[in-house]
Amino acid sequence: MKYVLNRVGFLLISLWAAATINFFLPRMMPGNPVDSLIARFQGRISGSALHAIELQFGITHQPLWFQYLAYLNHLLHGNFGVSLTYYPASVMTVIGNSLPWTLGLAGLSTVISVALGLALGIYSAWHRKGWLANALPTMSTFTAAIPFFWLAMIFVYLLGYLLGWFPTDHAYTSSLVPGINGPFILSVLHHGILPACTIVISSLGGWLMNMRNNMVQILGEDYILFAQAKGVPDRALMLRYAARNAILPIATSFAMSIGFVVGGTLLTEIVFSYPGVGYQLFTAIENSDYPLMQGLFLMIAVSVLLANFAVEMLYGRLDPRVRRSGV
Amino acid sequence: MTVITSVASTSVDPSRRGRTSPIRQFFKDPKARVGFGIFAFFVLIALLAPVITPYNPQSTLFIPLQAPDARHWLGTTGNGQDVLAQFVYGARTSLTVGILAGLTATAIGIVMGMLPAYRGGTFDLVVSTFTNIILVVPGLPLLLVIGAYIHQTGSLVIALVIGMTGWAWQARVLRSQTLSLVSRDYVVAARLAGAPDQHIIFREILPNMLSLVVAGLMYSCLYGILAEASLEFLGLGNINATSWGTMLYWATQGAALLNGAWWWFVPPGLSIALVGMGFSLMNFAVDTLSNPRLRESS
Repeated sequence: MKYVLNRVGFLLISLWAAATINFFLPRMMPGNPVDSLIARFQGRISGSALHAIELQFGITHQPLWFQYLAYLNHLLHGNFGVSLTYYPASVMTVIGNSLPWTLGLAGLSTVISVALGLALGIYSAWHRKGWLANALPTMSTFTAAIPFFWLAMIFVYLLGYLLGWFPTDHAYTSSLVPGINGPFILSVLHHGILPACTIVISSLGGWLMNMRNNMVQILGEDYILFAQAKGVPDRALMLRYAARNAILPIATSFAMSIGFVVGGTLLTEIVFSYPGVGYQLFTAIENSDYPLMQGLFLMIAVSVLLANFAVEMLYGRLDPRVRRSGV
Repeated sequence: MTVITSVASTSVDPSRRGRTSPIRQFFKDPKARVGFGIFAFFVLIALLAPVITPYNPQSTLFIPLQAPDARHWLGTTGNGQDVLAQFVYGARTSLTVGILAGLTATAIGIVMGMLPAYRGGTFDLVVSTFTNIILVVPGLPLLLVIGAYIHQTGSLVIALVIGMTGWAWQARVLRSQTLSLVSRDYVVAARLAGAPDQHIIFREILPNMLSLVVAGLMYSCLYGILAEASLEFLGLGNINATSWGTMLYWATQGAALLNGAWWWFVPPGLSIALVGMGFSLMNFAVDTLSNPRLRESS
C-alpha cells in the first residue's frame, strides 16, 4: 500500500512538473516568440481567441502567479486553448483526432518489439557459443543506433517508391470512409506496416541487449547451478528459472526506453505523414501554432507518465520485494 | 540504444586493479577495438576534410542530382553541391555537437548524481525526485518544443540544450553507485582524516566509479548525435550549417526520395548509425570491464 501511495504521489508530482515546464518554457525564451505570433494572427482570428492566447502565454499585465494559477485551472478543466492551424478547432479536438493513431501505432509496435527483443535476448544469452547468439548483440548495437527517421526514409524509398509494395504516407486511403468495415481496416493495416516496422527495428536492440545482460547475470547465480544439478530440464531452466527473474529489472529501465520509443514514433510519423500526435506536433511547430504545440507536448508527457505508472504498478505486483521496501 | 543495465555493477575493485592497466584491458576486447576503430575513422575523416575533398561544401556550382562518378564520388545534391564535401565537413559539426552534448550531460549527471547521494537527507530526496521527473518527461518532444521557441540557433546552443535534457539516467546510475560507495571504509577514513567534501567526492569516490562514468559518456554521446540529427532533420537547428542532420533535412526538402537520389541521403544516415554503433560497442566493452560476468569466456 505504501508503495502504491508512493507511486501515485510521484505520478502527481511529475504531472504537475510537466505542466509547469509547459508554462514557463515560452516565458523563459529570448526575444519573446509569442509577441511575433500575436502580431501575425491579429485580425485573422477572433478577439476572444487572441485574448485567450495572450492569457496562455503571459502577454497580459496580470502578475505571474495569477497567470500560473489561471493556466493550471484551465488545464484541470481540459481547456487547452484554440489551435491556430486548424482554427476554429480547439486544441483538445485536434488531440482527440490524432491521439488514437499514435497510441495504436506506438502501442502495437512496442508490444511486438518488447516481445521480440526479450525472446532474442533470452536466446542470445542461452546459446552463448552459437554464432547467431554472438552476432545478435553486435547487430543490435547497429540497429539501435539507426536514426528512426532515416530508417523510415529508407523504407519509403525501397519498399514505397522503388518496389511500390506499401503506401508511403497517411494512415488510410483517403477515399475510404473511416469505420469498422473490411476495406478500411485493411487499408489501415497496409498503411501501418512500414511505420510499425521502423519502430520495431529501431527499438528492438535496446530490449534485446538489456534482456541478454540480465539473463547472463542470472545464469551465473547459484540457484541456477543448483537447479541444473537437481536435473531441471533445460527449457524450464531457461524460461521458468532464469528468464522470469531476468525480466524484472527491465521494468526499471522502462522509463527511459518508453521515452525513447515515443520520440522515435514522433519522428517516424513525420516521415510517413502519419496523422498522429507527432505529425501534428511537427505541423504545429512549422506553423508556430504554440497553443497546439503546448497542448500536444503536455498530452505526450501525460501519456508517457501514465504508461510508466502502469508499469510500476505491474512491477510492484510481480516483485514483492519492491512493494515492501517501498522505494 | 544500449542501456547500461546493471545499476549496481561494481566498478573496478581497488584490490584487483594494478594487474593490467584498464586501458590495455579495454583494448583486449574485440568489441572495444571495433568500436574505437569506427570512432577513430570518422574523427579522421572530419579532421582531414580539406585533404579528402577539394570542394567547398556550400558551393552550388555543379549540375544538380548527378549520380556518383569519378569527379563526385558521392554525387551531387539537388542544389548542385558535392555530397562528399558536405559529408566530410558535416562530420565535423555532427561529431562536435554530439560529443559536446555528451560531455555536458555527463558533467551534469556527475554533479546531480553524486552530490545528493553524498549529502543525503532532504537535499537527496529533492534532487533525486527532480532527476526522476526529468527522466520520465519524454526528451525528444521537449527538445522539439524548445527548438521551436529558440528557432534557428547556433550549434553550440543545440549541444547545450541536448546535454541539459539528457543527463537524468546517468545521474540516477551514479547516485546509486555513490550510495553504495559512501559507506566504504576508505571513504569513512578520508572523512575522519578531515578531507574536504570535494576531495572525497572527486578524488576518492569518483575514480572508483570511473568505468560507470565512461560508459555513461559513451551512451550520452550516442544520444547526443542522434538528438542533434533529429533536430537538424526537422529543420529546428541551424539549417545553413553543414551537418549530417541538415543534409537529411535538405534531402527531404529537395525530394531526394522521389528523384531516386540515394547517394544524397544514404551516407549521412548510415554514418550516424555507424558512429552510434561505435559508441555503443565501447560502452559495452567498458560495461564488460566492470562486470566480469558479461565476459564472453566466463
